[in-house]
Amino acid sequence: MKLNFMGYKYLYFLISLVFLVPGIFSLLNWGLKPAIDFTGGSILEIKNEKFNPPVNGNNNDNEKIKIIQNIEIIEGIKLNSIQASGNKTYLLRLNSINEGQKEGLLKNLTQEYGEIEEVKFETVGPTIGKELITKTIIAIILASGFILFYIGQRFKNWKYGICAILAMFHDSFILLGTFSLLGHFKGVEVDTLFVTAMLTILSFSVHDTVVVYDRIRESVKNYPKIKFEDLVNKAVVETLSRSLNNSMTIIFMLLCLYLLGGVTIKWFSLALLIGTVSGTYSSTFTAAPLLVAWNNWEEKRKGK
Amino acid sequence: MNQQRSSKILIWLILFLTLICLIIDLPKNFHLKFNLGKINIDQVISSPKIDLSFGSFKFKRDLEIKQGLDLRGGTQLGLEADMNNIKEEERKNALEGVKDVVARRIDLYGVAEPVIQTIESGDKYRLLVELAGIKDVNEAIDLIGRTAQLDFRELSDEKKASPSSALIFDYQPTGLTGSQLTKASIQFSNQTGEPMVSLNFNKEGTDKFADITKRNVGQRVAIFLDSIPLTAPTVNEPITSGEAVITGQFTLAEAKKLAIQLNAGALPVSLKVVEQRTIGATLGKESVEKSIRAGMIGLLIVIVFMITLYGFLGFLASMALIIYGLITLALYKLIPITLSLPGIAGFILSVGMAVDSNILIFERMKEERWLGKPLKVAMELGFGRAWDSIKDANICTLITAFILFNPFNWGFLNTSGVVKGFALTLTLGIAISLFTGIVVTRTLIRVFYNPDDLKRKTE
Repeated sequence: MKLNFMGYKYLYFLISLVFLVPGIFSLLNWGLKPAIDFTGGSILEIKNEKFNPPVNGNNNDNEKIKIIQNIEIIEGIKLNSIQASGNKTYLLRLNSINEGQKEGLLKNLTQEYGEIEEVKFETVGPTIGKELITKTIIAIILASGFILFYIGQRFKNWKYGICAILAMFHDSFILLGTFSLLGHFKGVEVDTLFVTAMLTILSFSVHDTVVVYDRIRESVKNYPKIKFEDLVNKAVVETLSRSLNNSMTIIFMLLCLYLLGGVTIKWFSLALLIGTVSGTYSSTFTAAPLLVAWNNWEEKRKGK
Repeated sequence: MNQQRSSKILIWLILFLTLICLIIDLPKNFHLKFNLGKINIDQVISSPKIDLSFGSFKFKRDLEIKQGLDLRGGTQLGLEADMNNIKEEERKNALEGVKDVVARRIDLYGVAEPVIQTIESGDKYRLLVELAGIKDVNEAIDLIGRTAQLDFRELSDEKKASPSSALIFDYQPTGLTGSQLTKASIQFSNQTGEPMVSLNFNKEGTDKFADITKRNVGQRVAIFLDSIPLTAPTVNEPITSGEAVITGQFTLAEAKKLAIQLNAGALPVSLKVVEQRTIGATLGKESVEKSIRAGMIGLLIVIVFMITLYGFLGFLASMALIIYGLITLALYKLIPITLSLPGIAGFILSVGMAVDSNILIFERMKEERWLGKPLKVAMELGFGRAWDSIKDANICTLITAFILFNPFNWGFLNTSGVVKGFALTLTLGIAISLFTGIVVTRTLIRVFYNPDDLKRKTE
């Protein structure tokens, strides 16, 4: 018995849509939740032995109010949010404050609680963020262009390049959509690391697609008489176990990082994880069927 | 026969390389202690230090992993230079000048291994300064970002008649300012050993200073910083060389402070802090420890997975993977690469990609076996056929890594150190994985995997 993967190609497109639509809906409606890397502002994480750690996700509201009072009394400081970020630590999001204002804030709290440890302080001017966005878009366009060119050259057919890039955008939008949803419901922010993860996923997606396409190219060369759709099917069947096995190894690594790794790279590893799963799916179930659909459409047009 | 011999040579080379990497990888002061029957071993071993020089080429490494700010804590400052008063074509040089001044100030402040980068992006000119382990950021910013204007003032002619009655307000600007001062540094008097502050002017400054000193022999010339008098040394004789020394009853600390302030005034443009990130050492340390442990567990799972899937072949591939890890770590120490959290992630991701080549090859081997080819042939065919896929796939990843790394520092692409670090570890990972995934695994298989032997034993 031979598995006919390509027979179900419209089902795969449907599955992709099921995942893409909510994400894109969220992207259009709520967008992404930008971290201070993009918006500018300050983040201050403070630790004190006397802080009551949150129990079962419930923050100690009285304590919060007291901290807020101690912060907002300082001229020029605007608190956007306060959030328990771990054991005895709070994460404060503020307008862009300077070193002096920060010292004042810490002094105020020190009087109330004793020595306050400054775990992290970041402040970013608002111009940097806009630059990062434009730069990322340029990087993506540049990378897509080069990859399109390279694949087009290697496969001597632009169809391969374009379908690979389409699959790549499929993965990017899945990732962007997921983080838009996460941002809206869970308050997950998008920062420079996310941009890095996104660019990595672009390359992984293409990496995986190329392996499948390489098989298709080989089959086309070896069996020129067989129908293109069947050749693609053959190639997909042959590369499926490799694709899965390989992605499993990356997924193992990333899952460990996500579950056991440090806080700072938690969302970074999740972004990579989502991208890897989507990238694996898309090379077999998006990139290959797209090629078949395009080819069938072309043949139909020629037939007429 | 020939292949067998070259494999034998290769295996020794690989073993040798692994051993060297292992020595380089050794941590500082690793305490080795165990009992083997009657042999007691209790010794502290360390990776060696490298200090080579060939003519003018010097290579010195203490073989310690350089940790990024996010790992060891510290402060990163983004400073934007105000270039409004500088001509367009001189801005690039001005930024380099600012970089030198800032570097000198940080040096005097005593920060270990500061990183200072110039970044041009559009019409913005920035400095990225990384200060590891600095607690008092306030002081650092104060020192670096001081926008003070330095100028030299003299007494008006009427007041010169009775200098003893002169007040601060009586000093008039001479037109000589900090922008004409190239450098201030500390010297020690040959006779008394007292600290002095020496000044160097550029050409314009030299001429002006010569005029001023000619006019004011026997008088005081005051140096003002932000309209506050710093010092008012007496001119002993006209100075035309563009080099001057301020003597006085300085303590060393005072002389140092004055030199720093003078250099601060020599800064041609003002700097503004546009970005600041301070990371406490505890956060970094906790994150690193957890992430490294996670990586180890992940690696272990991958090894188990490979062995379950491909048996002895999987085991050999895992060996290659461990060699991959050792070589990578050694290169990180040798180059040296500053390791940050995204860098670690890049490394972990490239472990996945390193396995990819092997899986591609093994799957191809399986297929060839199904077609009825003998194992030895299937193996060589597997390597040959998989190469095309491996090459194309990795080149695509390299393209992205190249754009992320932005080697020419193009202003329209990312120049952030974090992203660059990630790209660099990814690139290295791909390069090394191509070597271990193909050369090392193939050699290991050729030497240790002899299917005919296995068959004979099982039959």
